[in-house]
Amino acid sequence: MSSDTPPERDTIGGMTTPVEEERTQVDPAGAELAAQDQPWQTVVWNDPVNLMSYVTYVLQKLFGYSRDKATKLMLDVHHKGKAIVSSGSKDKVERDVAKLHAAGLWATMQQTS
Amino acid sequence: MRNWHREGDKIVAELDRQEAAVIRGLVSQVQDMLQARAEEAPQDELAELTGIRTGASTSPDDPILSRLLPDFHRLDPDAPDPGEADSASALRSLHEPELLDLKNGVAAVVLDTCPPQGGAVVLADEQAEAWLSAINDVRLALGTALDISEDMPDELPEEDPRSAHLGVYHWLTWVQETLIEAITE
Repeated sequence: MSSDTPPERDTIGGMTTPVEEERTQVDPAGAELAAQDQPWQTVVWNDPVNLMSYVTYVLQKLFGYSRDKATKLMLDVHHKGKAIVSSGSKDKVERDVAKLHAAGLWATMQQTS
Repeated sequence: MRNWHREGDKIVAELDRQEAAVIRGLVSQVQDMLQARAEEAPQDELAELTGIRTGASTSPDDPILSRLLPDFHRLDPDAPDPGEADSASALRSLHEPELLDLKNGVAAVVLDTCPPQGGAVVLADEQAEAWLSAINDVRLALGTALDISEDMPDELPEEDPRSAHLGVYHWLTWVQETLIEAITE
């Protein structure tokens, strides 16, 4: 991502693809993470302020994800409106959401049905 | 501003006086809002005895604070699921005091390391990460106040009262973007 790009185009809610967000419910990569014995999911939602590079950085830093995996999740947030970034026990997911809030991402937790 | 870059094990930038004042001013304002929220937290003797702090159980009315301190569940604003709403309240009480501490803490790092008159900012990695979070909090606050949206134009018409502030927001976006590049390079 180059710094000479107008900054708002690099945001998660970038202006170039505004209509795509609501089309897909759950991203396939995130769904893979949710095994049946992991009933809670951490969801990161699209927002117009957080930068794409920052979201990728935070996902790598907090979860130890590879750059590729973090980038893929970030792009799901950007294009589909949300992505499931981790899953597991209620306690684990609660801690993950708290860490994402500290980083300024819009994250929530949900129980798989 | 001289761009963020690595010098040995430090991350360094040079701010002029006005840039330093803008950063310090905005970070202080966000910190003041967070501290005011922390002071509203319920005080009780049990918490003082056990050391287990309890934060507010309801989302802040202020949209900026509400963005900085999100709910743990995505609640339908018109018809929230009662079980989820109860759970969100409980999780907020439990986690908000620590979240406020963390956000206050990163703001304090910026105020400690950003020279009031401008000049060199020299950061260890941990301090650079604190700057990243604090600048992001300021962008979230400004973005909420300016009602930044997906279809926000690059510039607003001059008569729009938000026009000058949007310039500051874009500048902070650049500061944050280049700081990420320096940290991850």
